[in-house]
Amino acid sequence: MNVKYMYSFLAVIVLFLIAYVGTEAVGLQWLFGVLIPYAALLVFVIGFGRRVMSWARSAVPFRIPTTCGQQKTLPWIRPNSIDNPTTTGAVAVRMFLEIVTFRSLFRNTRMKAKADGRITYQLELFLWLGALAFHYAFATVLVRHLRFFMEPVPVPIKLIETLDAFFQFGLPVVYLSGVVLAAAVLYLALRRVFIPTVRYISLANDFFPLFLIFGIAFTGILMRYFAKVDIVGIKALTMGLVTFSFPESEVLKGISGLFYGHLFFVSVLLAYFPFSKLMHLGGIFLSPTRNLTTDTRARRHVNPWNYPVKVHTYEEYEDDFREKMVEAGLPVVKSLEAAAAEKE
Amino acid sequence: MNDKGKIVAGLVIFLVMVTFPFWYNLGKAAPAPEIVLSAQAKAAGACVLPKAEIKTEHMQLLDVWRDTVVREGQRVYVNAEGKKFDMSLSNTCLDCHSNRKEFCDRCHTYASVDPYCYDCHIEDPKENDQ
Ligand code: HEC
Ligand code: HEC
Ligand code: HEC
Ligand code: HEM
Repeated sequence: MNVKYMYSFLAVIVLFLIAYVGTEAVGLQWLFGVLIPYAALLVFVIGFGRRVMSWARSAVPFRIPTTCGQQKTLPWIRPNSIDNPTTTGAVAVRMFLEIVTFRSLFRNTRMKAKADGRITYQLELFLWLGALAFHYAFATVLVRHLRFFMEPVPVPIKLIETLDAFFQFGLPVVYLSGVVLAAAVLYLALRRVFIPTVRYISLANDFFPLFLIFGIAFTGILMRYFAKVDIVGIKALTMGLVTFSFPESEVLKGISGLFYGHLFFVSVLLAYFPFSKLMHLGGIFLSPTRNLTTDTRARRHVNPWNYPVKVHTYEEYEDDFREKMVEAGLPVVKSLEAAAAEKE
Repeated sequence: MNDKGKIVAGLVIFLVMVTFPFWYNLGKAAPAPEIVLSAQAKAAGACVLPKAEIKTEHMQLLDVWRDTVVREGQRVYVNAEGKKFDMSLSNTCLDCHSNRKEFCDRCHTYASVDPYCYDCHIEDPKENDQ
């Protein structure tokens, strides 16, 4: 047992129960369906903006890109222009590939000692695969959810739904992205629980978002395939949220508590986002180890907010103390005579 | 380095994306669809399952019907009230709900579901008999 994941796990269960009991038993549908989601969105937007602006204000006095290839030097040494970019265009390519394919995770290696004591470094791709599956499934689910927030539903979203339901099994048809999302997030969480070295460096704020997102996916899957909910009523509520014209209370009361659990999880995720490691969504674009050119040797970088520093040079020092230095027998650059001649 | 301008521009783009549904629906009313019960359905008075159940679980019922007919060759369904139904999409559901456009489709367009059943199943088999 480990308090870090047990507390995160319990927190997620308690959150669900709060929303479920709050709507099914206490009847707080307006609170969980309208007020909390708005408050969460507000916290997200303002919190995200403030966090990014605080980064924008912080100093980047020197270029600190990490390089993974040969820097541009002599004409006959081939530079690695993407992993060690010297132009803005190459930086853009590097950033794009990093964001879209997680190249730095792909480099993940695992150190192992062999029986004869030799050390090997092996490529360890499961983290990369799990992260890719997770992020792409999450993005697809998110885009598909726009059907609840748009009327009429635009064609591209319908197209994604059709593709996502490509294998047409089950009724309602099974969306692959939802299943992949739940599986990937479960893998990423269990990885932190079962691999001892990873567990050692995992904190409650690593486990909590994983459990929370698993909770979202789990309640979503329950709603769609097992404990059916009133989709038309839900869309009336979600459209009400984005057009500020809400359906009657009867419609809200008719929606299952499971939905309010799902929505409350999402609200908690939104409100938690700006204060958590999930801010890497914005941070990846601003990482100075990735988004700067490595032209540190080709060009001199002067810190732009350097102010003129008042210095006292040796020459000035000697001017101040020349006589005393000569008296004490110390060597001087300019003799007393030369200094006197200059003065005239 | 001072890229505040670029960062603010990126941030504004992101925040507009996040709030996109608000802009997209601006000034539009999006009422839930009005579904029309056909004369046959009105006459029958009740669906195969109680209203709350058929509303959310009809696709699962259809799935059970499909498997029972195609895999077990059994075609009669008896509901909780003891009423018998021929397990058929076209001959039962769409016979009673003969107005698919104003009934099934209105709901489905709103919820953005597009059942692929009609690739094969025709709406009213009797139309093609002549
Ligand atoms: C009250 C609104 C409503 C009415 C009326 C309605 N449906 Fe549906 N139907 C839905 C919703 C909502 C879904 C999607 C459920 C989900 O996503 O969980 C659905 C899904 C389906 C599906 C599964 C489609 C898929 O691709 O997953 C089938 C098949 C279906 N309906 C058949 C019918 C038929 C046939 C009728 C008319 C006799 C009908 N429905 C009338 C709301 C309705
Ligand atoms: C005997 C006629 C009859 C048959 C057969 C029938 N229905 Fe119904 N259906 C009705 C009636 C009547 C209602 C309205 C019930 C009510 O308002 O209480 C209804 C309601 C519904 C609703 C809910 C509409 C709403 O207001 O939310 C759906 C969905 C639906 N039917 C789908 C189906 C499907 C799918 C089938 C085939 C499995 C089917 N029906 C077979 C008569 C029928
Ligand atoms: C590839 C073509 C095809 C598609 C797509 C298809 N079906 Fe069928 N379905 C059949 C055939 C063929 C039968 C067998 C007909 C029979 O034996 O009477 C059948 C039988 C059925 C039956 C029982 C018999 C009857 O008369 O309805 C049901 C119910 C059914 N399908 C439901 C569905 C639903 C719901 C969908 C959409 C989610 C669907 N089917 C999509 C081809 C298809
Ligand atoms: C305010 C935001 C949200 C609302 C109103 C909402 C609502 C819903 C509803 C009504 C369903 C059932 C769909 C159906 O039966 O067809 C569902 C399913 C689901 N939701 Fe959400 N949801 C929201 C946000 C999210 C987020 C952020 C995630 C991402 C983790 C998510 C993940 C899922 C998953 C995985 C499913 C299972 C079905 C599928 O794959 O689409 N939801 N959601």
